[in-house]
Amino acid sequence: MTARDELPVQGEHQTLSRGHVGRADPRPNAKRLLQGRGVYIDDLRLPRLAHVVFVRSPHAHARIVSIDSSRARRSPGIIAVFDGPAIAQVCKPWVGVLGHLKGIRSPTQYPLAMERACWQGEPVVAIVGETRAEAEDARDLVEIQWEPLPVLVDMEAALAGLPVLHPELGDNICFERTVDTGDIDAIFAAADLVVEETFHFGRHTGVCPEGRAILADYNPAEHSLTVHHATQAPHMIHDILARHLDIPEANVRVICHDVGGAYGIKVHVYPDEMCTAAVSMLVRRPVKFQADRMESFVSDIHAREHKATVRLAATRDGRILGFDLRDLTAIGPYSVYPRTSGIEGNQVVNLTGGPYRHSHYRARMHAVFTNKNVTCQYRAVGHPIAVAITEGIVDLAAQRLSIDPVEFRRRNLIPDDAYPYAFPSGIRFEKLSHHQCLDKLLELMDYEALRADQARARERGCYRGIGLAAMIEVTNPSAAFYGVGGARISSQDGATLRLEPTGALTVLCSVTEQGQGTETVFAQIAADTVGVSMDKVRVITGDTATTPYGGGTWGSRGAGIGGEAVLQSGRALRANILDAAAAILACDRATLDVADDAVIDRLTLRSLLTLAELGRSCYYRPDTLPAGFQSELMVTRHYVPRDYAFAFTNGIQASWVEVDIDTGFVKLLGHWCVEDCGTVINPLLVDEQLRGGVVQGLGAALFEECRYDQEGQMLNAQLGDYLVPMAGEMPDIVCGHVQTPTRTSELGAKGAGEAGTAGAPAAVMNAINDALAPLAARVTVQPFTPERILAALGRV
Amino acid sequence: MKPSAFDYVRVASVEEALAHLTELGDRARLIAGGQTLMATLNMRLSAPELLVDISRIPGLSGIRLNGSTVTIGALTTHREIERSPLVAQHLPLLAQAAPQIAHAAIRNSGTIGGSVAFADPAAEWPACCVALDATIVIQGPAGGRRVRARTFFRNLYETDLTPTDILVAIEFPVTPLARRSVFLELSRRRGDYAIVGLALLARPAEGLLHEVALAYVGAGPVPMLARQAMAALEGRAPAASVMQAARAALAHDLQPGSDLYTSAATRQHLAGVLLDRAVTQLLSGGAAPHAIA
Repeated sequence: MTARDELPVQGEHQTLSRGHVGRADPRPNAKRLLQGRGVYIDDLRLPRLAHVVFVRSPHAHARIVSIDSSRARRSPGIIAVFDGPAIAQVCKPWVGVLGHLKGIRSPTQYPLAMERACWQGEPVVAIVGETRAEAEDARDLVEIQWEPLPVLVDMEAALAGLPVLHPELGDNICFERTVDTGDIDAIFAAADLVVEETFHFGRHTGVCPEGRAILADYNPAEHSLTVHHATQAPHMIHDILARHLDIPEANVRVICHDVGGAYGIKVHVYPDEMCTAAVSMLVRRPVKFQADRMESFVSDIHAREHKATVRLAATRDGRILGFDLRDLTAIGPYSVYPRTSGIEGNQVVNLTGGPYRHSHYRARMHAVFTNKNVTCQYRAVGHPIAVAITEGIVDLAAQRLSIDPVEFRRRNLIPDDAYPYAFPSGIRFEKLSHHQCLDKLLELMDYEALRADQARARERGCYRGIGLAAMIEVTNPSAAFYGVGGARISSQDGATLRLEPTGALTVLCSVTEQGQGTETVFAQIAADTVGVSMDKVRVITGDTATTPYGGGTWGSRGAGIGGEAVLQSGRALRANILDAAAAILACDRATLDVADDAVIDRLTLRSLLTLAELGRSCYYRPDTLPAGFQSELMVTRHYVPRDYAFAFTNGIQASWVEVDIDTGFVKLLGHWCVEDCGTVINPLLVDEQLRGGVVQGLGAALFEECRYDQEGQMLNAQLGDYLVPMAGEMPDIVCGHVQTPTRTSELGAKGAGEAGTAGAPAAVMNAINDALAPLAARVTVQPFTPERILAALGRV
Repeated sequence: MKPSAFDYVRVASVEEALAHLTELGDRARLIAGGQTLMATLNMRLSAPELLVDISRIPGLSGIRLNGSTVTIGALTTHREIERSPLVAQHLPLLAQAAPQIAHAAIRNSGTIGGSVAFADPAAEWPACCVALDATIVIQGPAGGRRVRARTFFRNLYETDLTPTDILVAIEFPVTPLARRSVFLELSRRRGDYAIVGLALLARPAEGLLHEVALAYVGAGPVPMLARQAMAALEGRAPAASVMQAARAALAHDLQPGSDLYTSAATRQHLAGVLLDRAVTQLLSGGAAPHAIA
């Protein structure tokens, strides 16, 4: 094969493009979604469909003395009522631990609470009705006698074991991890400067436009289960349903229709969803569960409740020597299955100090059990914590040394020519571009002009601030993330490409779509690698009966891993097309190429045979092909990263804010994000991923927090009180890109989905603190509410 | 969630509605724009037996000028008030407040009668009614009555209305030409209920403030008329010492509560900040009644 025959392999400063890749193609599925023609789980109506609702524990911790559901059973339209032991008859329980998170522990968890409930919102009784309304009517009739138990909500109390939540475990520690590269105490004792700060991070959650939903359809005639599910990982769910419900793997099918946002919320095993599948088996009917908004707040995973104390040692000329971290996080009463609730804390340990050259690192992290809703992986897992800790303490060091924060970062960011680079803690970076990103950011935001504006504003009593946040991000995770720990979660993805008789191209990929545009990206790659136009490509995802096996969407892996599988599959299909064309045209294969839906002469670029004609010949008139030739117009290829555990990406964000020092209100004046996700396949989609991610990060910084009282009651479990970021408060978000393709794949794409969320809270925090610096005030407790800012200013 | 089952009747007259209320008392609920009630029904916080839909009763909607009084029918939507030239001309405070009520979709359906009858102290209209010294027009089984807004709001969600009353209109005295108004709110997100808000009216003359009215949103169990702060400002120039005295007086006038995000002390502080800002804005312009060209 000659170079022309292949998709151009990108060099370091080349972008990969033969047409669609690299171009801002709009999403073909956007029109359907915007016209309200999407199909979500709640749109599905199956014959004999039943609806399940759950009685959830009103207590954060209580023993179930008795359950009387006799009145509920007699309520109109009620098909069945099940409690924990009844569901446990058909659904095996689980334990949310992984082998590579050494020492992680969690108690056994059942779909419905068995003897006691451990958080407000834990499902206790399932009520199955002909309609949702009838099931809800009956729910009000279930009488449960509770014996309240001591409630554990405070992280420090949990760490101290006061009291122990699961007596069989001995203490409340789910997972702890220590990293120590040695000599920290000596280095810090001898350092010119040591700064220390404690940061608090409020619990929050990912608010999906479409709530969690599942429709389970058990067919007793063939002992098969078809599940329509709003999930990010259909094959993972497929495996879990088969094992826990004792149905042969081949008899299970998981189908994802349109999924209305997921952000990591829909990649876990939820007790109420497992229960729904079990209920379908028990009542032998299709059963639907659609979480409403209020139950979503107390049953969707939460994230980010951390208290982190960090110290940084530096020389007086502003060289970072080391970081010393102590992190405490509360994960609720159970470690979530199967990915565990240990990953976020683990990531904080892995990523703190990440962008900076330093030689010493010590970290100690505890994840403890409490009687609040469970926490698990939500968009940018651990990154927002690690970036805020790092960038907050870096800014404080720069301030103490009277060095401009930009200059301080220039001196300490890992140089762009230092790769491959490894931290003392063991993390390896293939190639990052911190300094290029910083330069681009400063240019985009016009840093000097903003500093001048800031100075002028202060003269008139207006407090504006600039905050920077450099970051590294884990993307394209290999088997090191879950597989090595024993989780049956694929880090590999596959793509099947089929040339249809009309010259159309069907792509089946194991990576899923939940609104982020993966299907568009796959269509672009397929179109380029095969040589067809975008309108000829149809992408199918989210069906375990038809797509190749794979991991789905999580960990910023869709484009980088799924995209490479599509690329490899496309190249193989193109080679097969050329074989067929050479057979049909009776010419030398090396003289042929595919472009614009036709086989062409490589030299003259003349069209020799349309793909439609080729398809017609291969499928309908194989009798006209040379004897012994068999066309293969459907191919499958898989890809999994092997060289590195993760493709680390990097980037930097800046926030420009105005703080009203009388009201404590923060106005977001501008936000910039420069990110290096390697090959940019679709700039439009990458920018929107960044912007969407930034907005979720801004929500964390200023608005979102799951507030609990001392009784473990979530106080703001509805959208009137839980404040999501809204368009009216959002600034313009300017995106920029540096492209350092990973050499671990030919596509060169790394992940882009989580960068915005990772860095935005830190940037805002630093901007607020920059604004408040002349007043000697600082904030470190997220979200930065007006009251917290006023308190820092001593105004209230 | 789905609401519990309820019966529904659409009535064509106030008398018909009153008949249902008289029969069922608080087991019946009036529904007009539904912007508060629908949410409480869906959360099953409210489970009435009967919804009496009054939204089609003729004559209960619209804005009319009658001499020196503007009468706004109970079914008039927030949006109609926001866009009314009559309101802009004679009651500029309402025109200033209206765009700050929730979001456009809510303003298109929600009604002033519903808002005032529900009496959420964090809502805009109750405070405007108190600031403007409006009169609430009520129809009950025994006939009609008029109640001053300043006595209508009794306690949290508690008003002069009984379960068998219907609020039919609100009468506002036309704001005199020389009197200006300012309506300010602090809400973390546009369209949210304000942490605290303020309706200020005053007639500035030669640097002095006259006919001052101050009504606060979200600063007590009812819309709070800040009488002592009004007295501190009345007839005075808002010099620093006067403003300080007025802010101090707010400690007596207001009874702010604490919620999830804001303590009573912070609310009290913010009420003072708003007072300063409102007075400054009023003196530098504010909105004044005007003649339409």
